[in-house]
Amino acid sequence: MADAPVLEVRGIKVGYGPIKAIRDCSLDVAAGETVAVVGANGAGKTTLLRAISRMLPLEAGEIRFAGQSVAGRRTHLLARDGLLHVPEGRGVMPNLSVWENIRISWEVRPTEIAFEAALQRVFERFPRLAERRMQRAGTLSGGEQQMLALARAIANPPRLLLLDEPSLGLSPIMIAEAYKALRQFQADGMTILLVEQNVHAALRFAQRAYILKQGEIVAQGTGEGLLADPDMLKHYLGSK
Amino acid sequence: MIADHIMFTGVNVLLAWSVYVILLSGSVSFANGAFMAIGGYGAGVLTTKFGLPLVAGIPIAALGTAAFGMIIGLPALRTRGIYLILVTTGIAFCVKNAIEAIPYVGGVRGMRGLVGAEPWHVWVVAGVVGLLLWLLSRTPLQRILDAVREDELVARSLGINTVYVKVIAFGTGAALAAVAGGLYAHYMYVINPEHFGILVSVYVVLYVILGGVNNLWGPPLGAAVMTLLPELIRGLQAWRPIVFGVVIVILLLVRPEGLLPFRSPTARAKEARRG
Repeated sequence: MADAPVLEVRGIKVGYGPIKAIRDCSLDVAAGETVAVVGANGAGKTTLLRAISRMLPLEAGEIRFAGQSVAGRRTHLLARDGLLHVPEGRGVMPNLSVWENIRISWEVRPTEIAFEAALQRVFERFPRLAERRMQRAGTLSGGEQQMLALARAIANPPRLLLLDEPSLGLSPIMIAEAYKALRQFQADGMTILLVEQNVHAALRFAQRAYILKQGEIVAQGTGEGLLADPDMLKHYLGSK
Repeated sequence: MIADHIMFTGVNVLLAWSVYVILLSGSVSFANGAFMAIGGYGAGVLTTKFGLPLVAGIPIAALGTAAFGMIIGLPALRTRGIYLILVTTGIAFCVKNAIEAIPYVGGVRGMRGLVGAEPWHVWVVAGVVGLLLWLLSRTPLQRILDAVREDELVARSLGINTVYVKVIAFGTGAALAAVAGGLYAHYMYVINPEHFGILVSVYVVLYVILGGVNNLWGPPLGAAVMTLLPELIRGLQAWRPIVFGVVIVILLLVRPEGLLPFRSPTARAKEARRG
């Protein structure tokens, strides 16, 4: 932890024209840490991740990835430097096969792992994908597509994994499966920042968490700590 | 007559592939008739006014057209879908009108004295292009194009420079159309801007859609069928365009994915493994 954090976000402001989706947001993610940002629908979670991976420009503030400002760096170059953003809605290529989806995430970012080894690691974690390797990704179930999206992080481990709503649209059983896979990532020492509407799943998983409300960070703490304070959760998130 | 059919079918096969290359990266181009015109006129100027041989004139014109396509593509490819169709259609109109306004290349009356292209030249070029595209389909580059077409945002988040990929594909398509245009012009002896109207661009996109957009062999098949079909139904005289139109509609209803379907993932994976 003596090193600079993998990700530093300092007072950023992001908007779509006159609408300010993120008004004031600062957070840190240290190496090997798993951090969640939770918030209601429309709190600005997706916007926050898009700003970090430079899919959206900043209006103010600064974002540093691996000690360097992301200003002026393009999304695909950040990706090659190890910032892997798994967008909302899985982000798999529906008309490509499972194998091709894994292959392309392995081949466009530089890695030292041989493809056969990477593939074997993916299939060990997700045996379902091995069965369906020749199938088009679009024909997989929602849960399997999420597995495939996560498989990218195994095929080619990133320095920072950004996950946008990994539980979106999944059945409770599949949500549990997805978080089981994420816990293994955590055990591997992967650095993860995820945003979630599913507050309980995210807080149980993350070591630290921030609460985002209408574009502002309004509270932070350990996952367990925030979970133990139902009044505050209710106040900020309007949930039980 | 037979020679004409062989020639025009070959030219249309090349044009269909020129649209297909652009489509590989997920962009639609209705400007390929214009790229064909630039190639035809460019090569024509080089051979008639500068006395270059055709084998030099066409590649130079194709490179010039590729550069033109990339310069235009850089801003144009920021748009997608229906907006890109409008932008490329606009390019087609602009180029045609620009050529009409240049007396140096004959304006509306056109350019004469273009000779040297034979039908077999076109088919040799088409063979080479087909071979190159087939080789491409076995390289990682094909997968990168697939990714950009499937989802640009995801492709970018994986580390692919989507702008670069799209602009290069656009430039390559423009160059291919220019080669087709150069060969066409030097077979026709005389060309005028009407030869490269917007309808040419529309027809070429139609060949690709009817043949199958996701299969390398679909566009040439569509081009061949659509070039020869009107000749086969010549006996219908005035009814010909109507029957032609009806055939297109029926084809789209019966085979919405084109004559040749998507390469199955299994086949693609096998190709990739062999390659």
